[in-house]
Amino acid sequence: MLMPAPEQEIIAQRLELIAALRQIVPGEGVIADETSLRAFECDGLTAYRQLPLVAVLPSDTQQVSAVLKLCNERGVKVVPRGAGTSLSGGALPLADGVLLGMGKFNRVLEIDWDNRCAVVQPGVTNLGITRAVEHRGFYYAPDPSSQIACTIGGNVAENSGGVHCLKYGLTTNNILGVEMVLMNGEIVRLGGKHLDAEGYDLLGLICGSEGLLGVITEVTVRILPKPATQRALLAGFPSSEAAGDCVAKVIAAGIIPGGMEMMDRPAIHAAEDFVHAGYPRDVEALLIIELDGPSAEVDDLLARVKAIAELCGSTYLRVSQSEEERLTFWAGRKAAFPAVGRISPDYLCMDGTIPRKRLPDVLTRMTELSEKYGLRVANVFHAGDGNLHPLILYDANNPGELERAEAFGADILRLCVEVGGVLTGEHGVGVEKRDLMPAMFSETDLAQQERVKCAFDPNHRLNPGKVFPQLHRCAEMGKMHVHKGKIAFPDLPRF
Amino acid sequence: MPETFVPHGISDVADVIRWAAAEAKPLDLHGHRSKAQLGRPSQSGYALDLSRLHGILDYEPAELVMTVRPGTLIGDIEKQLAAQNQMLAFEPPDLGPLWGGPTNRGTLGGAIGCNLAGPRRFKAGAMRDHLLGFVAVSGRGEIFKAGGKVVKNVTGYDLPKLVCGAYGTLAALTEATIKVLPAPEKTRTVLIFGLDDAKAAQAMAVAASSPHEVSGLAHLPAGIAAKSGVGYVAQAQQAVTAIRVEGTDVSVKARCEALRDLLKDFGALEELHSMNSSWLWREIRDVSYFVLPQDRVLWRISTAPMAGPVVMAKIVAVRPDAEAFYDWGGGLIWLSLAPGEDAGEPPVRGAVAKHGGHATLIRADAALRGTISVFHPQPPALADLARRVKESFDPMNILNPGRMAAGI
Repeated sequence: MLMPAPEQEIIAQRLELIAALRQIVPGEGVIADETSLRAFECDGLTAYRQLPLVAVLPSDTQQVSAVLKLCNERGVKVVPRGAGTSLSGGALPLADGVLLGMGKFNRVLEIDWDNRCAVVQPGVTNLGITRAVEHRGFYYAPDPSSQIACTIGGNVAENSGGVHCLKYGLTTNNILGVEMVLMNGEIVRLGGKHLDAEGYDLLGLICGSEGLLGVITEVTVRILPKPATQRALLAGFPSSEAAGDCVAKVIAAGIIPGGMEMMDRPAIHAAEDFVHAGYPRDVEALLIIELDGPSAEVDDLLARVKAIAELCGSTYLRVSQSEEERLTFWAGRKAAFPAVGRISPDYLCMDGTIPRKRLPDVLTRMTELSEKYGLRVANVFHAGDGNLHPLILYDANNPGELERAEAFGADILRLCVEVGGVLTGEHGVGVEKRDLMPAMFSETDLAQQERVKCAFDPNHRLNPGKVFPQLHRCAEMGKMHVHKGKIAFPDLPRF
Repeated sequence: MPETFVPHGISDVADVIRWAAAEAKPLDLHGHRSKAQLGRPSQSGYALDLSRLHGILDYEPAELVMTVRPGTLIGDIEKQLAAQNQMLAFEPPDLGPLWGGPTNRGTLGGAIGCNLAGPRRFKAGAMRDHLLGFVAVSGRGEIFKAGGKVVKNVTGYDLPKLVCGAYGTLAALTEATIKVLPAPEKTRTVLIFGLDDAKAAQAMAVAASSPHEVSGLAHLPAGIAAKSGVGYVAQAQQAVTAIRVEGTDVSVKARCEALRDLLKDFGALEELHSMNSSWLWREIRDVSYFVLPQDRVLWRISTAPMAGPVVMAKIVAVRPDAEAFYDWGGGLIWLSLAPGEDAGEPPVRGAVAKHGGHATLIRADAALRGTISVFHPQPPALADLARRVKESFDPMNILNPGRMAAGI
């Protein structure tokens, strides 16, 4: 993975830069020694590592603003970082860039019960928000599996989802406002405690912009009353087609479960060996279907889902009879990644979305690719929304195996696009899928996105090298070659 | 009258926009013009009529997605969806009659441009939460796509959010993929009678904070309730607070019962079933109470739910002619004022400034809409950013120029 070539003249100014940053963030807020900087050298995509030029940990918005302004004026690149759990390398440092750690922004500022929202700093963890409001029966809905560690600021940057997002939406559907600092140091507020915007929906644009447009310094999230009941059903099938058919029929019956997860045989076995969730070993596909909501509704719908599963040829059916049992059902799924980690020294977690009806094709093609590359693959799948997480098993100690795993992964993602899907459902493009963007978007498509980037950061100083396979100068991008007098008056019906 | 281009396909749209960009001729983008009077008045010499780009291209009920040409009538989309027991969960209102137009002339393109949302907004989202991807022609005359055709996608910037509520100032859409959802089997509405605005906001907060999954929270003061076409509401002769519950039969019954128990101390209660319930929410959705008289000025205020009654009290203190009702648990105020030379802007925007949110001037004559900011003015840094975003799509400023603000 090629990152933008480090600018030697910036590296040469390192000491001056450190001194200037210390003027803004005094004391231990500027980290410059190698040992301490190691903590920031990678995020959740551990295959890529890079020491930043220097790390700075501001503690208020004014400091963030001053740091960005300074870096913008000096032409220094900045990489924002929350908890560093990105699976796509969104927080991968740059050798000639400042790493801006937002960890000190860790306070819940306000809980507004009657307006059902909370104002929090970006370094508060996803689960931390739920912890702050659950004593009064509320929670924050998006629940990425890294929710213990990942922060809400990072969730906004990546537009994080989770197993419940088919019913409750992604981050973008669950936040009301942000305070954000632009690369030139300007502080803007988008939204508030109200719904929708007075002008362009920049809040919607910021969500999922992967730290390329601004640095979030405050977030207003919506909080929801916890569902009265949650019950889950395990359904095993002799084929992924049958399981996929069951998912389609549940949705066609008008039921949107709180969660609907699928695992294939390798994933079922790995999870069962690890946490003993009681999964059947003799099925090709296993569904965990969770229904949540008012008790009367959950019981009613569970009976319907069970009937659909039977109709689709389910060979194994179990309904959770207690909260403990429901959590056991989930324990296996939630431990799927570490479970795979036990049976393989390393694994790559992919993240494509496909139209659900193409699942059987995609799984067949994936098996062929697995043979071609000589690498095993296990699949977990947010079946309700078509978000597929193939886990490619490899051993980084074997020369060439990481490269082979990456090539396998790239083929899977191209396959997702080919069948009408997308490169990433929730992990983001980052550096990981950056060079695959042309598989999904034309040059014109990408140029339009880059122009939007230019509106926020015309010098490409904020998190460059992520998302876009090539960086173009904004001045070039913005030019419009008009041929005055040469374009004919359009020959179209007119009234 | 502007000279109007009527393209039938995407390449025609690109031709027109390329020509307009080269000649610096502003274009007025529209469908059936049902919301033409929303926004600052247009002065373009040319118009681009996108209503011929219509039709449903693909509909996969089990995938929860539909791909349509934006000139398709919302009513036609809803008909197709209803046949599969599905719906547009954001409940797009039919606003045409507010400006004296016929019903059901609104297109999906219009819903996108105006980011429409109905009473289910606080639970199910707005248009912005349902547009998954699109194909469009930018102000540069370039055909581009953004987003995808699946319900979960974070690949690249979320430009679908950005075009929602952009009033056609960024690009001319030629294809849109939207998320659709199952329609509820049953709908009921719990009514509470006789609450003042502040007490109603509290009652709605209690309902919204309960686990009973309410999907509509509106408050009609007595004068508005009297205009309802639903007997129970019109004949109440007092304020009516409405709380909607949707789902399966058994669930809806159980939740209404639980809500009635929860809210019994607020006032007398009643329950609306099936048609009465859907009629009431349609009136609220379409702002039917303020269709007539058409010379009254109409504002739409979005604020925090509990701030709604406070904002209104401030406005009423200086404008006793104000009439209003609340949706979204108090967070959406539809406000009607007697006509006047400033459209009531100072008290309206003043009250909103204090409590957060934004006020949009929905109905006023063209002269007023040309002088008063239709959309809530933004602080300079944000306004500059918005202008740069506009420029990134439309550097020649030819797509609906000035529809939202000067230069945008």
